[in-house]
Amino acid sequence: MDWLFLDAAFTGGSRDECSAKAGGACWAVIGERLNLFTYGFYPAAERWRVNLSLVLLIFTLFPILFEKVPYRKYALHIAVAFPFVTAWLLVGGLGLTPVETDQFGGFMLTLVIGITGIGFSLPIGILLALGRQSKLPAIQIFSIGFIEFIRGVPLITLLFVASTMLNYFLPPGVTFDLLLRVLIMVTLFASAYMAEVIRGGLQAIPKGQFEAADSMGLHYWSAMRLIVLPQAMKISIPGIVNTFIGLYKDTTLVIIIGLLDPLGIGRASLADTKWTGLSTEVYLFVAIFFFISCFGMARYSQHLENKLETDHKR
Amino acid sequence: MDPKVSLSRLWRDEHSRSVIIQVLAVVLIFGLFAYLVRNAIVNLEAIGKGFSFGYLQEPASYDINQHLIEYTSRSTHFRAMLVGILNTLLVAVSGIVLATVLGFSLGVLRLSKNLLANKLAHIYIDYVRNVPVLLHILLVYGIIVNTLPVPREAQSLGDIAFLTNRGFFLPKPIFEPLFLVILGLFTAGIVFTIWFRRYAADIQRKTGEHYPVFWISLGAILGIPFVSYFLIGGPITFEIPALTGFNFSGGMVIRPEFTALWIALSLYTAAFIAEIVRAGIISVNYGQTEASLALGINHGRTLNLVVIPQALRVIVPPLTSQYLNLAKNSSLAIAIGYMDIVATIGGITLNQTGREMECMIIVLLLYLSLSLLISFAMNIYNKRIRLVER
Repeated sequence: MDWLFLDAAFTGGSRDECSAKAGGACWAVIGERLNLFTYGFYPAAERWRVNLSLVLLIFTLFPILFEKVPYRKYALHIAVAFPFVTAWLLVGGLGLTPVETDQFGGFMLTLVIGITGIGFSLPIGILLALGRQSKLPAIQIFSIGFIEFIRGVPLITLLFVASTMLNYFLPPGVTFDLLLRVLIMVTLFASAYMAEVIRGGLQAIPKGQFEAADSMGLHYWSAMRLIVLPQAMKISIPGIVNTFIGLYKDTTLVIIIGLLDPLGIGRASLADTKWTGLSTEVYLFVAIFFFISCFGMARYSQHLENKLETDHKR
Repeated sequence: MDPKVSLSRLWRDEHSRSVIIQVLAVVLIFGLFAYLVRNAIVNLEAIGKGFSFGYLQEPASYDINQHLIEYTSRSTHFRAMLVGILNTLLVAVSGIVLATVLGFSLGVLRLSKNLLANKLAHIYIDYVRNVPVLLHILLVYGIIVNTLPVPREAQSLGDIAFLTNRGFFLPKPIFEPLFLVILGLFTAGIVFTIWFRRYAADIQRKTGEHYPVFWISLGAILGIPFVSYFLIGGPITFEIPALTGFNFSGGMVIRPEFTALWIALSLYTAAFIAEIVRAGIISVNYGQTEASLALGINHGRTLNLVVIPQALRVIVPPLTSQYLNLAKNSSLAIAIGYMDIVATIGGITLNQTGREMECMIIVLLLYLSLSLLISFAMNIYNKRIRLVER
């Protein structure tokens, strides 16, 4: 505690200035590099676009997460439009100055990867789970093969595949943005885990529900959409949120293939001779950021479970 | 018949529709694969690279500072890969052991009636679970490297072991041939114990007589080898590390990279295991404990014979996936320079030879087999403890 606050130095130009002032932690490194931690190398003049995207994100999430928001009936439309609008805002083009994706970094990069992964892995995961439960053997075998392969290897090897050999599989001359390749891999990785969580939910639905849907004359997709999935999803909420949290934490792995998320920025700062040896301070700062977001997600999932509880309280 | 009508009939019929969908899916997926493989072949030809694993026999010419088998920079890439596999297995197995011990203790603490222990465990678990494992690894590594002394000012433990930021230097045991006798006795002790446990259980079932199985087993496995060790005259000598120049030489060294990875992975996984253990113990109806106590069985035996066997059925399946996660997370070793599979064959070898495709295929296959191996072993264990219903 003493080391964290009482003996700590909060200002200073380098590590030596810090230790001259106080014997504890040196938080000045965070203050000096806060912009870097937040935006990465995004051009300073264009940072309003990142800020605006964040505002849009909050605007989109609110009606999805909470009930009493006036414009809730448009929530789905907004959610569909959101990825396109933010992608345009962040990458540029069509009237905005283009920004290369290798300038993305810091917390902003974490949010970009995390939210893209979360947004796309859920629908793909649902499809894979349905595929695995399907009565059609060909579909079932492909789903099982895909899920088990992805779950059997570490994410880091998939990211290596994305960064080193994915270009070989594309037609000659076509190259792919590295960030886009990472986004695809992270999404596929999370969707395999998502599929297994949802499969658990599907298996918990009594067979009578499927039969009842059949006898009502509903065809497969209607039966799934109206009867089975709503029940299965409710059961699997804790697992789904755990997968989200896992994905969000896994975004840090991108530093290994050279993208600079907050952890990457932190490591780069430590390489600066002014700030060497302050690894504890830098890593703790990044840890706090992740703790707040992940703990928030976990708490929201508990709130959702309680809200959707339809059983009688024991 | 009008062809349009017969087509729509095919689609309406459940059986023929399922065939159509599957044929379409197979054609689509194999078409995609064929397209990708064709692209790869064209691309590889364009830059004049073949596809072969011949490079594995070439000398690797890089150093690996921690190797369990003989390795020098003149060894082949294949040898480097073996070293990497062993290093991955080493950290995965030791991580699984430590994480299990810590996780079970934390899980029990979480259920403790002692408010302080309970809350501390809760805070710890919440913190660890919500922070990325890579961050834990870097943080622990940073703490080890920045707070431990340099070799010249090493923290000495009785002048035989030394704690430094270049590693933990330990005396290296050198086994003399006579040591085989002790090893033989030790093995014989284990075999005897397995037989004796069955025999004692049999006797107890027949006559009700109870042998002190634990003490006799302990004597057979540890006691007899220990006594005979001194009788033969201690056939192990130790090579003690000594400071030469800027670093220690001789003895055995545990590198900080290994220590950091091992501790961070274990602490991280332990937090998840703790929650699993807690859920498992809660899932056993309290009536079971009460019934057991009512039969006059004491607390320790109630836990061992009644609660834990039932809790294990709930604990083992999710525990398996935690073990798998730990093994897969060990690939993060590359972030701090621990030479595991990813860092050797998927890192330096890949960069030196430029054979991305072959290297990544090897790495992926190795991890797949490791995962399969762990889930296979845990499935056997799971079958053994499963509820036997009539």
